[in-house]
Amino acid sequence: MAAALRLRSPLDSKEIQGLKAGDQVLITGTLYTARDAAHKRIVEALDKGKVPPFELDGQTLYYMGPSPARPGQVIGSAGPTTSGRMDAYTPRLLAEGVKAIIGKGKRSQAVKDSIKKHGAVYLAAVGGAGALISKAIKKADVVAYEDLGAEAVRRLEVVDFPAIVINDARGGDLYEEGKAKYHRGN
Amino acid sequence: MREIKASDVTRAVARLCQEVNLELGEDVLKALEQARRKEESPLGGWVLGQIVDNARISSEERLPLCQDCGTAVVMLELGQDAHVVGGDLYAAVEEGVRQGYGEGFLRKSMVKQPFSARVNTKDNTPAVIYTEIVSGDKLKITVMAKGGGAENMSRLFMLSPSQGRQGVMESVTRAVDEAGSNPCPPIIVGVGIGGTPEKAMLLAKRSLLRPVGEPNPDAEVAALERELLEKINGLGIGPQGLGGRVTALAVHVEVFPAHIASLPVGVNIQCHSARHKETVL
Repeated sequence: MAAALRLRSPLDSKEIQGLKAGDQVLITGTLYTARDAAHKRIVEALDKGKVPPFELDGQTLYYMGPSPARPGQVIGSAGPTTSGRMDAYTPRLLAEGVKAIIGKGKRSQAVKDSIKKHGAVYLAAVGGAGALISKAIKKADVVAYEDLGAEAVRRLEVVDFPAIVINDARGGDLYEEGKAKYHRGN
Repeated sequence: MREIKASDVTRAVARLCQEVNLELGEDVLKALEQARRKEESPLGGWVLGQIVDNARISSEERLPLCQDCGTAVVMLELGQDAHVVGGDLYAAVEEGVRQGYGEGFLRKSMVKQPFSARVNTKDNTPAVIYTEIVSGDKLKITVMAKGGGAENMSRLFMLSPSQGRQGVMESVTRAVDEAGSNPCPPIIVGVGIGGTPEKAMLLAKRSLLRPVGEPNPDAEVAALERELLEKINGLGIGPQGLGGRVTALAVHVEVFPAHIASLPVGVNIQCHSARHKETVL
Protein backbone atom coordinates (compact mmCIF):
# COMPACT_ATOMS: atom_id res chain seq x y z
CA MET A 1 0.00 0.00 0.00
CA ALA A 2 1.34 3.45 -0.97
CA ALA A 3 2.17 5.96 1.76
CA ALA A 4 -0.65 8.28 2.81
CA LEU A 5 -0.91 11.66 1.09
CA ARG A 6 -0.85 14.65 3.41
CA LEU A 7 -3.63 17.17 2.73
CA ARG A 8 -4.52 20.55 4.21
CA SER A 9 -8.18 21.36 4.84
CA PRO A 10 -9.84 23.40 3.38
CA LEU A 11 -8.68 21.40 0.38
CA ASP A 12 -7.13 22.97 -2.68
CA SER A 13 -9.34 22.50 -5.80
CA LYS A 14 -6.41 21.38 -7.94
CA GLU A 15 -5.29 18.91 -5.31
CA ILE A 16 -8.82 17.43 -5.23
CA GLN A 17 -8.58 16.79 -9.00
CA GLY A 18 -5.48 14.70 -8.34
CA LEU A 19 -7.12 12.44 -5.73
CA LYS A 20 -8.12 8.92 -6.76
CA ALA A 21 -10.56 6.47 -5.21
CA GLY A 22 -8.47 4.25 -2.92
CA ASP A 23 -5.94 6.94 -1.95
CA GLN A 24 -5.11 7.02 1.73
CA VAL A 25 -4.83 10.53 3.13
CA LEU A 26 -3.93 12.31 6.37
CA ILE A 27 -5.80 15.60 6.74
CA THR A 28 -4.56 18.56 8.75
CA GLY A 29 -6.58 21.74 9.19
CA THR A 30 -10.24 22.65 9.73
CA LEU A 31 -13.31 20.42 9.46
CA TYR A 32 -16.94 21.29 10.25
CA THR A 33 -19.15 18.59 11.75
CA ALA A 34 -22.75 18.24 10.63
CA ARG A 35 -25.09 15.28 10.67
CA ASP A 36 -28.84 14.68 10.24
CA ALA A 37 -30.42 17.47 12.27
CA ALA A 38 -27.82 20.11 11.35
CA HIS A 39 -28.17 19.29 7.64
CA LYS A 40 -31.91 19.78 7.89
CA ARG A 41 -31.46 23.19 9.51
CA ILE A 42 -28.72 24.37 7.12
CA VAL A 43 -30.79 23.49 4.06
CA GLU A 44 -33.93 25.06 5.60
CA ALA A 45 -31.93 28.24 6.18
CA LEU A 46 -30.67 28.24 2.57
CA ASP A 47 -34.21 27.63 1.29
CA LYS A 48 -35.40 30.71 3.17
CA GLY A 49 -32.59 32.74 1.64
CA LYS A 50 -30.77 33.01 4.96
CA VAL A 51 -27.02 32.82 5.45
CA PRO A 52 -25.90 29.44 6.82
CA PRO A 53 -24.26 29.58 10.27
CA PHE A 54 -20.78 29.04 8.83
CA GLU A 55 -19.14 29.66 5.47
CA LEU A 56 -19.73 26.57 3.31
CA ASP A 57 -17.62 27.64 0.33
CA GLY A 58 -14.51 25.51 0.00
CA GLN A 59 -15.04 23.74 3.32
CA THR A 60 -14.79 20.13 4.45
CA LEU A 61 -17.76 18.56 6.25
CA TYR A 62 -17.42 15.65 8.66
CA TYR A 63 -20.52 13.59 9.42
CA MET A 64 -19.97 13.09 13.12
CA GLY A 65 -21.70 13.52 16.48
CA PRO A 66 -19.21 12.91 19.30
CA SER A 67 -19.68 11.35 22.69
CA PRO A 68 -19.24 13.89 25.53
CA ALA A 69 -15.66 14.84 26.47
CA ARG A 70 -14.47 13.85 29.92
CA PRO A 71 -12.83 16.67 31.91
CA GLY A 72 -9.46 17.39 30.30
CA GLN A 73 -10.34 15.81 26.95
CA VAL A 74 -10.78 17.87 23.75
CA ILE A 75 -13.65 15.67 22.59
CA GLY A 76 -15.06 12.23 23.28
CA SER A 77 -15.14 9.39 20.79
CA ALA A 78 -15.47 10.95 17.33
CA GLY A 79 -15.87 8.53 14.41
CA PRO A 80 -17.97 8.96 11.25
CA THR A 81 -21.69 8.24 10.96
CA THR A 82 -23.44 6.64 7.96
CA SER A 83 -23.41 9.15 5.09
CA GLY A 84 -26.42 7.88 3.13
CA ARG A 85 -28.81 9.68 5.45
CA MET A 86 -27.36 12.99 4.29
CA ASP A 87 -27.81 12.16 0.57
CA ALA A 88 -30.99 14.23 0.28
CA TYR A 89 -29.10 17.38 1.32
CA THR A 90 -25.64 16.85 -0.18
CA PRO A 91 -26.10 18.07 -3.79
CA ARG A 92 -27.43 21.36 -2.39
CA LEU A 93 -24.41 21.81 -0.11
CA LEU A 94 -21.96 20.93 -2.89
CA ALA A 95 -23.66 23.57 -5.04
CA GLU A 96 -23.00 26.04 -2.20
CA GLY A 97 -19.29 25.27 -2.46
CA VAL A 98 -18.56 22.43 -0.02
CA LYS A 99 -15.51 20.70 -1.52
CA ALA A 100 -14.92 17.64 0.62
CA ILE A 101 -17.04 15.38 2.80
CA ILE A 102 -15.91 12.76 5.29
CA GLY A 103 -18.29 10.04 6.46
CA LYS A 104 -18.72 6.32 5.94
CA GLY A 105 -20.86 4.20 3.66
CA LYS A 106 -22.18 4.47 0.13
CA ARG A 107 -23.72 7.53 -1.54
CA SER A 108 -26.65 7.82 -3.93
CA GLN A 109 -26.09 8.23 -7.68
CA ALA A 110 -27.32 11.84 -7.39
CA VAL A 111 -24.60 12.58 -4.82
CA LYS A 112 -21.91 10.87 -6.92
CA ASP A 113 -22.97 12.88 -9.99
CA SER A 114 -22.91 16.05 -7.93
CA ILE A 115 -19.41 15.30 -6.60
CA LYS A 116 -18.19 14.98 -10.19
CA LYS A 117 -20.04 18.09 -11.37
CA HIS A 118 -18.60 20.30 -8.61
CA GLY A 119 -15.09 18.81 -8.55
CA ALA A 120 -15.49 17.66 -4.98
CA VAL A 121 -14.40 14.52 -3.12
CA TYR A 122 -16.02 12.06 -0.69
CA LEU A 123 -13.81 10.34 1.84
CA ALA A 124 -14.41 7.72 4.51
CA ALA A 125 -12.94 7.42 7.97
CA VAL A 126 -13.06 4.07 9.76
CA GLY A 127 -16.49 3.61 11.32
CA GLY A 128 -16.30 2.28 14.85
CA ALA A 129 -12.81 3.68 15.43
CA GLY A 130 -14.02 6.81 17.23
CA ALA A 131 -11.57 6.57 20.13
CA LEU A 132 -8.59 6.33 17.75
CA ILE A 133 -9.89 9.13 15.48
CA SER A 134 -10.43 11.45 18.44
CA LYS A 135 -6.65 11.53 18.95
CA ALA A 136 -6.32 13.48 15.66
CA ILE A 137 -8.69 16.21 16.92
CA LYS A 138 -6.80 18.98 18.69
CA LYS A 139 -9.56 21.53 19.15
CA ALA A 140 -13.36 21.42 19.01
CA ASP A 141 -15.72 24.39 19.30
CA VAL A 142 -19.48 24.44 18.86
CA VAL A 143 -20.23 27.10 16.22
CA ALA A 144 -23.96 26.57 15.58
CA TYR A 145 -27.14 24.83 16.79
CA GLU A 146 -25.84 24.26 20.32
CA ASP A 147 -29.30 22.99 21.34
CA LEU A 148 -28.71 19.90 19.17
CA GLY A 149 -26.11 18.57 21.61
CA ALA A 150 -24.08 15.84 19.90
CA GLU A 151 -25.60 16.99 16.59
CA ALA A 152 -24.47 20.64 16.94
CA VAL A 153 -22.09 22.00 14.30
CA ARG A 154 -18.51 21.98 15.59
CA ARG A 155 -15.38 23.46 14.09
CA LEU A 156 -12.57 20.96 14.52
CA GLU A 157 -8.86 21.51 14.19
CA VAL A 158 -7.29 18.21 13.19
CA VAL A 159 -3.77 16.92 12.63
CA ASP A 160 -3.14 13.84 10.47
CA PHE A 161 -6.79 12.79 10.45
CA PRO A 162 -6.82 9.38 8.65
CA ALA A 163 -9.22 8.87 5.74
CA ILE A 164 -9.61 7.06 2.42
CA VAL A 165 -10.85 8.54 -0.86
CA ILE A 166 -14.10 6.79 -1.82
CA ASN A 167 -15.66 8.93 -4.59
CA ASP A 168 -13.23 11.09 -6.52
CA ALA A 169 -13.94 14.05 -8.80
CA ARG A 170 -13.53 11.86 -11.89
CA GLY A 171 -16.25 9.38 -10.99
CA GLY A 172 -14.08 6.73 -9.30
CA ASP A 173 -15.87 4.74 -6.57
CA LEU A 174 -13.78 2.63 -4.20
CA TYR A 175 -16.81 0.79 -2.79
CA GLU A 176 -17.59 -0.53 -6.29
CA GLU A 177 -13.99 -1.06 -7.41
CA GLY A 178 -12.89 -2.73 -4.15
CA LYS A 179 -15.88 -5.05 -4.10
CA ALA A 180 -15.40 -6.04 -7.75
CA LYS A 181 -11.76 -6.86 -7.09
CA TYR A 182 -12.47 -9.29 -4.25
CA HIS A 183 -15.84 -10.64 -5.39
CA ARG A 184 -16.00 -14.42 -5.90
CA GLY A 185 -18.59 -15.56 -8.39
CA ASN A 186 -21.31 -17.48 -6.56
CA MET B 1 -38.94 -16.48 47.45
CA ARG B 2 -35.52 -14.81 47.06
CA GLU B 3 -35.50 -11.04 47.19
CA ILE B 4 -33.52 -8.87 44.75
CA LYS B 5 -33.23 -5.17 45.48
CA ALA B 6 -34.24 -2.79 42.70
CA SER B 7 -31.27 -0.60 43.62
CA ASP B 8 -28.92 -3.53 42.87
CA VAL B 9 -30.54 -3.83 39.44
CA THR B 10 -29.89 -0.13 38.81
CA ARG B 11 -26.24 -0.40 39.83
CA ALA B 12 -25.69 -3.51 37.71
CA VAL B 13 -27.24 -1.92 34.60
CA ALA B 14 -25.25 1.30 35.10
CA ARG B 15 -22.00 -0.66 35.36
CA LEU B 16 -22.78 -2.84 32.32
CA CYS B 17 -23.67 0.19 30.15
CA GLN B 18 -20.23 1.64 30.83
CA GLU B 19 -18.29 -1.62 30.50
CA VAL B 20 -19.79 -2.59 27.16
CA ASN B 21 -18.90 0.78 25.69
CA LEU B 22 -15.29 0.73 26.87
CA GLU B 23 -14.17 -2.91 26.64
CA LEU B 24 -14.55 -5.08 23.58
CA GLY B 25 -15.13 -8.76 24.46
CA GLU B 26 -12.18 -11.17 24.20
CA ASP B 27 -14.11 -13.21 21.63
CA VAL B 28 -14.55 -10.17 19.37
CA LEU B 29 -10.89 -9.17 19.68
CA LYS B 30 -9.82 -12.71 18.84
CA ALA B 31 -12.09 -12.79 15.79
CA LEU B 32 -10.70 -9.42 14.63
CA GLU B 33 -7.10 -10.63 15.00
CA GLN B 34 -7.95 -13.76 12.99
CA ALA B 35 -9.61 -11.60 10.33
CA ARG B 36 -6.49 -9.45 10.14
CA ARG B 37 -4.37 -12.51 9.37
CA LYS B 38 -6.86 -13.73 6.78
CA GLU B 39 -7.53 -10.45 4.96
CA GLU B 40 -5.78 -10.20 1.58
CA SER B 41 -6.73 -6.60 0.81
CA PRO B 42 -4.06 -4.12 2.03
CA LEU B 43 -6.70 -1.45 2.79
CA GLY B 44 -8.83 -4.07 4.54
CA GLY B 45 -5.86 -5.08 6.66
CA TRP B 46 -5.22 -1.44 7.52
CA VAL B 47 -8.86 -1.02 8.61
CA LEU B 48 -8.67 -4.09 10.86
CA GLY B 49 -5.48 -2.73 12.40
CA GLN B 50 -7.24 0.57 13.16
CA ILE B 51 -10.14 -1.30 14.77
CA VAL B 52 -7.82 -3.31 17.03
CA ASP B 53 -5.85 -0.15 17.97
CA ASN B 54 -9.14 1.61 18.67
CA ALA B 55 -10.10 -1.06 21.21
CA ARG B 56 -6.81 -0.56 23.07
CA ILE B 57 -7.16 3.25 23.12
CA SER B 58 -10.76 2.95 24.27
CA SER B 59 -9.89 0.77 27.22
CA GLU B 60 -6.73 2.70 28.20
CA GLU B 61 -8.20 6.19 27.92
CA ARG B 62 -11.80 5.47 28.91
CA LEU B 63 -13.05 6.74 25.54
CA PRO B 64 -16.10 4.91 24.16
CA LEU B 65 -15.27 2.34 21.45
CA CYS B 66 -17.64 4.22 19.14
CA GLN B 67 -19.24 7.65 19.49
CA ASP B 68 -22.55 5.89 18.81
CA CYS B 69 -22.98 4.37 22.25
CA GLY B 70 -26.15 2.77 21.00
CA THR B 71 -29.68 2.07 22.04
CA ALA B 72 -29.45 0.26 25.38
CA VAL B 73 -31.06 -3.11 24.73
CA VAL B 74 -31.57 -4.82 28.08
CA MET B 75 -32.54 -8.48 28.25
CA LEU B 76 -33.78 -9.81 31.57
CA GLU B 77 -34.14 -13.45 32.54
CA LEU B 78 -36.09 -13.37 35.77
CA GLY B 79 -36.28 -16.54 37.85
CA GLN B 80 -39.86 -17.33 38.83
CA ASP B 81 -38.74 -17.74 42.46
CA ALA B 82 -37.15 -14.28 42.61
CA HIS B 83 -38.94 -11.20 43.85
CA VAL B 84 -37.79 -7.66 43.08
CA VAL B 85 -38.21 -5.38 46.11
CA GLY B 86 -37.75 -1.68 46.81
CA GLY B 87 -39.03 -0.41 43.49
CA ASP B 88 -40.33 -1.18 40.02
CA LEU B 89 -38.06 -3.49 37.99
CA TYR B 90 -38.29 -1.57 34.71
CA ALA B 91 -37.89 1.79 36.47
CA ALA B 92 -34.74 0.37 38.06
CA VAL B 93 -33.41 -0.63 34.63
CA GLU B 94 -34.15 2.82 33.18
CA GLU B 95 -32.41 4.49 36.12
CA GLY B 96 -29.40 2.24 35.49
CA VAL B 97 -29.25 3.35 31.85
CA ARG B 98 -29.60 7.00 32.92
CA GLN B 99 -26.76 6.70 35.45
CA GLY B 100 -24.51 4.58 33.23
CA TYR B 101 -24.73 6.85 30.19
CA GLY B 102 -24.30 9.94 32.37
CA GLU B 103 -21.39 8.76 34.54
CA GLY B 104 -19.68 7.07 31.62
CA PHE B 105 -19.65 10.17 29.36
CA LEU B 106 -21.52 8.07 26.79
CA ARG B 107 -23.46 9.63 23.93
CA LYS B 108 -27.20 9.90 24.46
CA SER B 109 -28.84 9.00 21.16
CA MET B 110 -32.53 8.43 21.88
CA VAL B 111 -35.09 10.86 20.43
CA LYS B 112 -38.79 10.97 21.23
CA GLN B 113 -41.58 11.38 18.69
CA PRO B 114 -39.23 9.81 16.11
CA PHE B 115 -41.52 10.54 13.15
CA SER B 116 -41.65 14.29 13.77
CA ALA B 117 -39.99 16.41 16.47
CA ARG B 118 -37.15 13.95 17.25
CA VAL B 119 -36.19 15.61 20.55
CA ASN B 120 -33.31 13.98 22.42
CA THR B 121 -34.35 12.51 25.78
CA LYS B 122 -30.85 13.49 27.01
CA ASP B 123 -30.23 10.39 29.15
CA ASN B 124 -30.42 7.62 26.52
CA THR B 125 -33.67 6.29 27.98
CA PRO B 126 -35.88 4.55 27.30
CA ALA B 127 -34.03 1.28 27.06
CA VAL B 128 -35.50 -1.46 24.88
CA ILE B 129 -36.29 -4.15 27.44
CA TYR B 130 -37.11 -7.82 26.85
CA THR B 131 -38.05 -10.10 29.74
CA GLU B 132 -38.24 -13.85 29.98
CA ILE B 133 -39.49 -15.71 33.02
CA VAL B 134 -37.25 -18.69 33.68
CA SER B 135 -36.85 -21.27 36.46
CA GLY B 136 -34.73 -20.49 39.52
CA ASP B 137 -34.43 -17.51 41.83
CA LYS B 138 -31.86 -15.35 40.03
CA LEU B 139 -32.03 -12.38 37.68
CA LYS B 140 -29.73 -12.43 34.65
CA ILE B 141 -29.21 -9.01 33.07
CA THR B 142 -27.70 -8.63 29.60
CA VAL B 143 -26.93 -5.18 28.18
CA MET B 144 -26.28 -4.64 24.48
CA ALA B 145 -25.25 -1.24 23.13
CA LYS B 146 -26.69 -1.40 19.62
CA GLY B 147 -25.51 1.26 17.16
CA GLY B 148 -27.90 2.84 14.68
CA GLY B 149 -25.85 2.25 11.53
CA ALA B 150 -26.06 -1.54 11.76
CA GLU B 151 -29.61 -1.64 13.12
CA ASN B 152 -30.74 0.37 10.09
CA MET B 153 -29.50 -2.41 7.78
CA SER B 154 -31.53 -5.12 9.52
CA ARG B 155 -34.25 -6.85 7.53
CA LEU B 156 -37.26 -9.11 7.83
CA PHE B 157 -38.24 -11.51 5.03
CA MET B 158 -41.57 -13.32 5.18
CA LEU B 159 -40.72 -16.16 2.79
CA SER B 160 -43.03 -18.73 1.34
CA PRO B 161 -42.28 -22.22 2.72
CA SER B 162 -41.56 -23.35 -0.87
CA GLN B 163 -38.50 -21.06 -0.89
CA GLY B 164 -36.94 -23.22 1.82
CA ARG B 165 -33.22 -23.32 2.58
CA GLN B 166 -32.30 -21.74 -0.75
CA GLY B 167 -34.63 -18.83 -0.02
CA VAL B 168 -33.00 -18.33 3.37
CA MET B 169 -29.52 -18.33 1.81
CA GLU B 170 -30.54 -15.80 -0.84
CA SER B 171 -32.40 -13.48 1.55
CA VAL B 172 -29.64 -13.28 4.15
CA THR B 173 -26.96 -12.79 1.51
CA ARG B 174 -29.05 -10.11 -0.20
CA ALA B 175 -29.52 -8.24 3.09
CA VAL B 176 -25.75 -8.18 3.64
CA ASP B 177 -25.00 -7.27 0.02
CA GLU B 178 -27.46 -4.38 -0.01
CA ALA B 179 -26.12 -3.13 3.32
CA GLY B 180 -22.62 -3.01 1.79
CA SER B 181 -20.35 -0.57 3.58
CA ASN B 182 -23.11 0.96 5.73
CA PRO B 183 -23.20 -1.27 8.84
CA CYS B 184 -19.43 -1.03 9.52
CA PRO B 185 -18.14 -4.39 8.32
CA PRO B 186 -16.68 -6.77 9.30
CA ILE B 187 -20.10 -7.56 10.71
CA ILE B 188 -21.69 -10.37 12.65
CA VAL B 189 -24.87 -11.54 10.96
CA GLY B 190 -27.64 -12.56 13.34
CA VAL B 191 -30.35 -14.66 11.71
CA GLY B 192 -33.64 -15.85 13.20
CA ILE B 193 -35.65 -18.39 11.26
CA GLY B 194 -39.21 -19.31 12.20
CA GLY B 195 -41.91 -18.16 14.61
CA THR B 196 -43.74 -14.94 13.78
CA PRO B 197 -42.24 -11.73 12.32
CA GLU B 198 -41.23 -10.25 15.67
CA LYS B 199 -40.11 -13.64 16.98
CA ALA B 200 -37.75 -14.07 14.02
CA MET B 201 -36.23 -10.63 14.63
CA LEU B 202 -35.80 -11.31 18.32
CA LEU B 203 -34.16 -14.68 17.61
CA ALA B 204 -31.79 -12.85 15.27
CA LYS B 205 -30.94 -10.33 17.97
CA ARG B 206 -30.45 -12.97 20.67
CA SER B 207 -28.16 -14.97 18.37
CA LEU B 208 -25.75 -12.01 18.52
CA LEU B 209 -25.17 -12.72 22.21
CA ARG B 210 -23.37 -15.98 21.41
CA PRO B 211 -19.55 -15.83 21.55
CA VAL B 212 -18.45 -14.77 18.04
CA GLY B 213 -18.23 -17.77 15.74
CA GLU B 214 -19.57 -20.33 18.22
CA PRO B 215 -21.68 -22.64 16.05
CA ASN B 216 -25.31 -23.54 16.68
CA PRO B 217 -25.41 -26.91 18.52
CA ASP B 218 -27.72 -28.34 15.82
CA ALA B 219 -25.48 -29.77 13.06
CA GLU B 220 -27.86 -28.82 10.23
CA VAL B 221 -28.11 -25.23 11.46
CA ALA B 222 -24.33 -25.06 11.99
CA ALA B 223 -23.85 -26.18 8.37
CA LEU B 224 -26.19 -23.40 7.23
CA GLU B 225 -24.14 -20.90 9.25
CA ARG B 226 -20.90 -22.07 7.62
CA GLU B 227 -22.36 -21.95 4.13
CA LEU B 228 -23.83 -18.49 4.68
CA LEU B 229 -20.50 -17.19 6.01
CA GLU B 230 -18.67 -18.49 2.95
CA LYS B 231 -21.19 -16.95 0.58
CA ILE B 232 -21.16 -13.61 2.42
CA ASN B 233 -17.37 -13.48 2.48
CA GLY B 234 -17.39 -14.16 -1.25
CA LEU B 235 -19.28 -10.90 -1.86
CA GLY B 236 -16.03 -8.94 -1.74
CA ILE B 237 -17.39 -6.09 0.42
CA GLY B 238 -14.55 -6.43 2.94
CA PRO B 239 -13.66 -4.38 6.04
CA GLN B 240 -15.54 -1.04 5.91
CA GLY B 241 -16.69 -1.93 2.39
CA LEU B 242 -13.31 -1.05 0.85
CA GLY B 243 -13.07 -4.48 -0.77
CA GLY B 244 -11.73 -7.66 0.79
CA ARG B 245 -12.25 -11.21 1.97
CA VAL B 246 -13.63 -10.52 5.43
CA THR B 247 -17.11 -9.01 5.22
CA ALA B 248 -18.46 -10.99 8.20
CA LEU B 249 -16.68 -12.38 11.24
CA ALA B 250 -19.48 -14.89 11.80
CA VAL B 251 -23.05 -15.85 10.99
CA HIS B 252 -25.21 -16.94 13.93
CA VAL B 253 -28.52 -18.65 13.17
CA GLU B 254 -31.28 -19.44 15.67
CA VAL B 255 -34.31 -21.49 14.67
CA PHE B 256 -37.87 -21.81 16.01
CA PRO B 257 -40.81 -23.80 14.60
CA ALA B 258 -43.12 -21.88 12.26
CA HIS B 259 -46.76 -21.95 11.12
CA ILE B 260 -47.53 -24.32 8.21
CA ALA B 261 -47.95 -21.27 5.95
CA SER B 262 -44.87 -19.31 7.08
CA LEU B 263 -41.12 -19.08 6.81
CA PRO B 264 -40.05 -15.84 8.54
CA VAL B 265 -36.37 -14.89 8.31
CA GLY B 266 -35.07 -12.06 10.47
CA VAL B 267 -31.65 -10.55 9.86
CA ASN B 268 -30.15 -8.38 12.61
CA ILE B 269 -26.78 -7.00 11.67
CA GLN B 270 -24.10 -6.33 14.27
CA CYS B 271 -21.22 -3.97 13.46
CA HIS B 272 -17.66 -5.02 14.39
CA SER B 273 -18.05 -3.09 17.63
CA ALA B 274 -20.10 -5.95 19.11
CA ARG B 275 -20.87 -4.65 22.57
CA HIS B 276 -22.73 -6.80 25.11
CA LYS B 277 -22.15 -8.09 28.63
CA GLU B 278 -24.17 -9.90 31.25
CA THR B 279 -24.34 -10.32 34.99
CA VAL B 280 -26.39 -12.46 37.37
CA LEU B 281 -27.96 -11.09 40.56
